[in-house]
Amino acid sequence: MLGIVRGRIARGGVNASSLQKIRNQSLIYASSRSYSSASKEMTVRDALNSALDEEMSADPKVFVMGEEVGEYQGAYKISKGLLEKYGPERVVDTPITEAGFAGIGVGAAYHGLRPVVEFMTFNFSMQAIDHIINSAAKSNYMSAGQISVPIVFRGPNGAAAGVGAQHSQCYAAWFGACPGLKVLAPYSSEDARGLLKAAIRDPDPVVFLENELLYGESFPISAEVLDSSFCLPIGKAKIEREGKDVTITAFSKMVGYALKAAEILAKEGISAEVINLRSIRPLDRSTINASVRKTNRLITVEEGFPQHGVGAEICACVVEESFEYLDAPVERIAGADVPMPYAANLERMAVPQIEDIVRAAKRACYRSVPMAATA
Amino acid sequence: MAIWLRRSRSLAHYLKAEIGFWKVPNQRSFLNPCFFNPEKSSSTTLTGENYGNPPSFLGNSPTLFGSRRFESIKSGREELDLEDENGGHQNQAMDFPGGRISFTSEMKFISESPRERIPCYRVLDDDGLPIMHSSFVEVSKEAALKMFSNMVTLETMDTILYEAQRQGRISFYLTSIGEEAINIATAAALTPHDVVLPQYREPGVLLWRGFTLQEFSNQCFGNKADYGKGRQMPIHYGSNKHNYFTVSSTIATQIPQAVGAAYSLKMDKKDACVVTYFGDGGTSEGDFHAGLNFAAVMEAPVVYICRNNGWAISTPVSQQFRSDGVVVKGKAYGIRSIRVDGNDALAVYSATLAAREMAITEQKPILIEMLTYRVGHHSTSDDSTKYRPVDEIEHWKTARNPISRFRKWVDKNGWWSDKDESELRANVRKQLLQAIQVAEKAEKPPISNLFTDVYESLPSNLCEQEELLRESIKRHPQDYPSDVPV
Repeated sequence: MLGIVRGRIARGGVNASSLQKIRNQSLIYASSRSYSSASKEMTVRDALNSALDEEMSADPKVFVMGEEVGEYQGAYKISKGLLEKYGPERVVDTPITEAGFAGIGVGAAYHGLRPVVEFMTFNFSMQAIDHIINSAAKSNYMSAGQISVPIVFRGPNGAAAGVGAQHSQCYAAWFGACPGLKVLAPYSSEDARGLLKAAIRDPDPVVFLENELLYGESFPISAEVLDSSFCLPIGKAKIEREGKDVTITAFSKMVGYALKAAEILAKEGISAEVINLRSIRPLDRSTINASVRKTNRLITVEEGFPQHGVGAEICACVVEESFEYLDAPVERIAGADVPMPYAANLERMAVPQIEDIVRAAKRACYRSVPMAATA
Repeated sequence: MAIWLRRSRSLAHYLKAEIGFWKVPNQRSFLNPCFFNPEKSSSTTLTGENYGNPPSFLGNSPTLFGSRRFESIKSGREELDLEDENGGHQNQAMDFPGGRISFTSEMKFISESPRERIPCYRVLDDDGLPIMHSSFVEVSKEAALKMFSNMVTLETMDTILYEAQRQGRISFYLTSIGEEAINIATAAALTPHDVVLPQYREPGVLLWRGFTLQEFSNQCFGNKADYGKGRQMPIHYGSNKHNYFTVSSTIATQIPQAVGAAYSLKMDKKDACVVTYFGDGGTSEGDFHAGLNFAAVMEAPVVYICRNNGWAISTPVSQQFRSDGVVVKGKAYGIRSIRVDGNDALAVYSATLAAREMAITEQKPILIEMLTYRVGHHSTSDDSTKYRPVDEIEHWKTARNPISRFRKWVDKNGWWSDKDESELRANVRKQLLQAIQVAEKAEKPPISNLFTDVYESLPSNLCEQEELLRESIKRHPQDYPSDVPV
């Protein structure tokens, strides 16, 4: 498998020299704001799997490492079929040591390989967090550009269903605070494909936060997205639904909730603009601010703990840059400030629900000068 | 011992018919370890006194029944080969996940401390004379003199830069005094293609590879010429072209990283290995366990060099681990290991050369424990006289000095003289003082270095911040230090 040459790219039949040109073209396609008419659907799981497959095929330096990624086909089947196709040198099953394999991944990246390290969930990344922050994020800076770390740390993040406190924390805010890292949070299959490819190709360390409950969800997908050179830009949010009365920012699973909330709000005469952040770091401050300047109201939604969360950062940046445009205080919807309980009824109360978003949006709309749009 | 064996065999035969007896009632007593005392005379038998106790073919006097302490009867494997009445053997092997294991009916714990510690490989004695029949790699005059002068240069550099910190000219320094043989002789055994991931007490490896005194000084002073662009504390050297990864302050993180880098070499089938260094303290980190375990499983060509210098800041090795040093830990991970006299340059050289060869041709990790002593303080932030006796430090500084020991050997070969010595030292000192002066006077790095390299390319928010900073400086020049270039 070491003989895999750069030019042999699996799908699309493009050769390396025209790759860049097509990449640029597909960026234009990707930034269009609606799904182009497509009858094809793809689950997020398949989107991730195909992205890994194509990137491994295109670059022999890319390899996958983690617990159960090989023989077991991946704890969540994201790496299905890869061991068979690329062999044990490029799909490495590791002993149970997050600190160990994160360190090894960083070392391999130091020396020019492009590892994709899987954490079974990001909760376990805490056992490796020294390597992620001190060895990966800071190395390029500390070595003055001599050591670059083109590594991707990926895995499910945030709450699943009935898995309790140590399997449900959202790490977007923690990793989003660190200079040197890029932090991505895909929602749809298009996001998953485009952002994972971008992450693997990126020369900086990337933390890629997936969501277990989204793996099985299907999204419509266009031909451009299916092309093997498809890639999304890092640091650009996507406006999933345009609106004019209130801006709702969200990432990962909460995008779906925000969209459903927007549907409900529309019936009541409130036009909500839903922004899918896609990138936690760098945060697309200009898209968020432009939207707030249009709607004058902002709700941030996240699953993670409220204190020092992503919403806090978004609120601060909007207050810094668009204060005069705000007609109502910014409201943060976040998970409850408790470790995640297990019992189904308690768990439901500990994460944001669609009704929470709807009520917050209404509050933002009512807290305005009477002539604003009200029900 | 022999008497005991014979008796126990007869007891075993006696017991075979009674096998049911000790299986059931003594099931619980089996779980209570008894006190085995090999020194006591082997006069106890099964009858009478020991009724109810585990039968004595397992040991000589289980009189302290229920006590928690026990020693193994002897080190090394010894199995009782019991024959049952049909002439078959009760000692069989069985397949478990992980391989075939043979059984023993002797309950024997592997001792936690062997009677003898693993011996230490050395070539030169304390007077610099080659020990008879020692096996080592011959070193030419040229190579020996290169090693010697590098060791002297390292010692001089350490002494002078340490003083510079004391004078307030640099903020921090740490020396490798006492470990010059490890620094230089290991480097001499490697090729420039071997990738080095240091801890922080191995600047000699970089020195050997051609890093100049000026380059060292530039990093310590954090000036414009520093390859680190003024980002790091002194002694955090790094150089891509010398294949020496930038020093990182966190302990032992380089251990699993070395495996990753070695994996890359392995995939490319390069004729090179990764060498990584750490101290005795570093072996307590979780990364040590993960790294060594992984290296063995992945069959990565890494040479692990542990500088066991007796101290981790103020923690002596007796408080760091209870094993026989670090060399025995290699075996636990399935890694070939050796213990070497770290103050014997020739032994260090030979062992490292051999380890490198094995690591590359057999594609497996090797562990070398170098025994030495940290003569200096941990760093300029430490005063080791507070936790260890001054005469102990003096002893290792003088009588056990690796440089003078190697000097004696070099002298005896007629390759060096006192005149050469004083010339060399004067020369190095002059060069170094000059380098320090130049480094001190040199400009500091420009402020653009504050923002670059966070990512591969400058992101827009940092671009903005830089502009804001420059504007601020323009508006308030009196608040900005005049000697720092904008």
